[in-house]
Amino acid sequence: MAALGRVALLLSFVLVTYALAAGSFAAYTRRRRLALSAQNALLAAFGTTLVAAAVLLAALARRDFSFVYVASHTSRSLPLGYTLSAFWGGQEGSLLLWLLILSGYSALAVWLNRRSRELIAWVVPVLGGVAAFFAFMLCFVSSPFDKAVAPADGAGMVASLQNPYMLAHPPMLYLGYVGLTIPFAFAMGALLSERTDERWIVATRRWTLAAWTFLGVGQLLGAHWAYVEIGWGGYYAWDPVENAALMPWLAATAFLHSVMIQEKRGMLKVWNMVLVALAFNLSIFGTFLTRSGVVNSIHSFSQSPLGGWFLGFIAVCVVFSVGLIYRRLPLLRARTKLESLVSREATFLYNNLLLVALALTILWGVMYPLLTQAVNGETRSVSKPYYNFFLHSFGLPLLLLMGIGPLVAWRRASLHALGKTFVIPAVAALVTGAALIGVGLGGSTPGLLAYTFSVFVLASIVLEFARGTRATGSLRRLVARNRRRYGGYVVHASVLLLAIGIAGSSAYQTIRERGLKPGQSMEVAGYTLTYRSLQNAQHSNSQSTSATVDVYRGGSHVSTLHPGKSFYPVEQDFGNDVSIYHDPHNLGDVFTIADQFDKNGTLFLKVLVKPLVNLVWAAGFVFVLGSLVALWPDAVEQRRLAARYEPDAVAART
Amino acid sequence: MTLALALGSVLAVLAVVFVARPFLREPTPASDRLDEQGAVERLRLELLEERDRALAALKELEFDHRTGKVTDDDYREQVGPLRRRAAETLRALEPPAGGARPEQVGSGR
Repeated sequence: MAALGRVALLLSFVLVTYALAAGSFAAYTRRRRLALSAQNALLAAFGTTLVAAAVLLAALARRDFSFVYVASHTSRSLPLGYTLSAFWGGQEGSLLLWLLILSGYSALAVWLNRRSRELIAWVVPVLGGVAAFFAFMLCFVSSPFDKAVAPADGAGMVASLQNPYMLAHPPMLYLGYVGLTIPFAFAMGALLSERTDERWIVATRRWTLAAWTFLGVGQLLGAHWAYVEIGWGGYYAWDPVENAALMPWLAATAFLHSVMIQEKRGMLKVWNMVLVALAFNLSIFGTFLTRSGVVNSIHSFSQSPLGGWFLGFIAVCVVFSVGLIYRRLPLLRARTKLESLVSREATFLYNNLLLVALALTILWGVMYPLLTQAVNGETRSVSKPYYNFFLHSFGLPLLLLMGIGPLVAWRRASLHALGKTFVIPAVAALVTGAALIGVGLGGSTPGLLAYTFSVFVLASIVLEFARGTRATGSLRRLVARNRRRYGGYVVHASVLLLAIGIAGSSAYQTIRERGLKPGQSMEVAGYTLTYRSLQNAQHSNSQSTSATVDVYRGGSHVSTLHPGKSFYPVEQDFGNDVSIYHDPHNLGDVFTIADQFDKNGTLFLKVLVKPLVNLVWAAGFVFVLGSLVALWPDAVEQRRLAARYEPDAVAART
Repeated sequence: MTLALALGSVLAVLAVVFVARPFLREPTPASDRLDEQGAVERLRLELLEERDRALAALKELEFDHRTGKVTDDDYREQVGPLRRRAAETLRALEPPAGGARPEQVGSGR
């Protein structure tokens, strides 16, 4: 069936190349049927890519080792779930996932916006162009359908990928990365068709929000995977591949805020185009970092020949988008100006500058080793203090702005009004800061500031909901009145939880390590851990050795943990099996790592007590809730927009 | 292998037919011209966006005033110009007496 997969991919390549070439020609020469034909090519490409994906999935499920890809990433002893997740575990499969999601998104976006023919005529070739690159890579550079004589067993899967989080984390990230192509294509389509009204924004508002949500959730799942799998007790290490997902998310966050200014005031049209292009190009750059193996990362599971192709494609995308924005500058001039530096739109602008500055400093940190390697021939990398410095410099003011923004009126705000709205959040924040210093938690300045600002933000959000509910009569009516705004506030609350969780688990964590013989105990931050015994176990794909460790708090037994190590014989690889006690009293974790076992039965146990760390994961649920509120369709607004952009269709329906 | 190639061929034929569908459905259309936004349509859209912005700004000002973010003095100062702007765009969108709506004139459709 590999031949069917190859034919299907080749058809996808021909179809998307047709969508690019015929679509451009049709849009340029105003040929209606040819434009529709190019649209159909994009829809058909989804069908052919789906067939290719089904062929690979079937080969994985059957463990057909005559497929080089299946033999390289799975084995007979690998459980079925992980075997299927090998679809995105390797380079060729993940490229196919990219193309599958892109062609699916493209088909849906084109179908949903089929009535906006003038705009969609130019969107189709842009989507076709991006898809053509990935289809070309899959057909001619990195095919998942290469065949060889089937070995008796496959090479297996990297041990750290054999984790349930790997079933969801990469697809989520890809849904986010690829989703950013849709707003990019509509933005470029608007510029190409010279339709620089807000149609493209209306068409892509939910796409951007959905892509941004997927990217956010994907990163949190990845952070949790690192936390429970890698075995170092952290969840974010400024690894280049982690940064690769963070950068487009930051750019998209900036866009989601600044686009509101364009909608409300007709300003920042150029800036919004720049942000959409930046988010898209960073998503391609992120894929390049993940798949090329060009940087040292715990996530780079392969070295590959893709680097040059990706760099070339990124260069084309950057030149195309920057050149097009530059050519259309006269169409993007705003007629209105910022009325005051103390207004809601001004706070959005400050937030944008900080978000973009943070994204660019991270980009510099990621690119620095590549540049030094290219220029000097030696790799120099920036380390954690570099990133932490900029996170504190830009992240803490961003946190504060999240509280200031909702309190400031649109257009302009007087000092008298500000005084009234700021007093409660400011007092709450100052009291919290003083209390923290009073109880001896003022040792970490970033931690203290993060908590103080968080209380300010929390108070401003609560006030915003309370005042709004009073004004409208009910919370439901308030949220229905502006779902994006109030969904956004819920997302802000999730960022708040994240900030409190990160500050608590990093600034106030305790780490201890020591060798224990059976029966011996160690004390860590109010917990007593007693090592009892050691056990061996055989699993379908691994052999594990784990310790039994009893955890006590205040003399009471609260949990029994089993930190250990696993050996994967097929892969000849070791994995850390960390064991964690989630303490409901302080929302923190007692995180145990079995560093080493001695022949005489001594366990070298590393224990991390991480206060409030579970707020980081709770933030994920609140984040999804807020995103869903913001994404929920608003029938009244949809009718208004339909009347604006499709008056003929509305008239025909009524 | 043969089955795979046969399935591949069927897939290819289906794709070609689907791509050619607009030409098969309309072999000789009355017009093959893609819709184009005329100057009047462009202006109408601009005015509609401006109208929606002005009305939304009025609504926001009203809400900010009710929730205490805008004082009485600031409200009185800002509401007049916003109302004027909204009225101007609404007037500009009204069809002239006995005339056609902007989008019905030279919209290129």
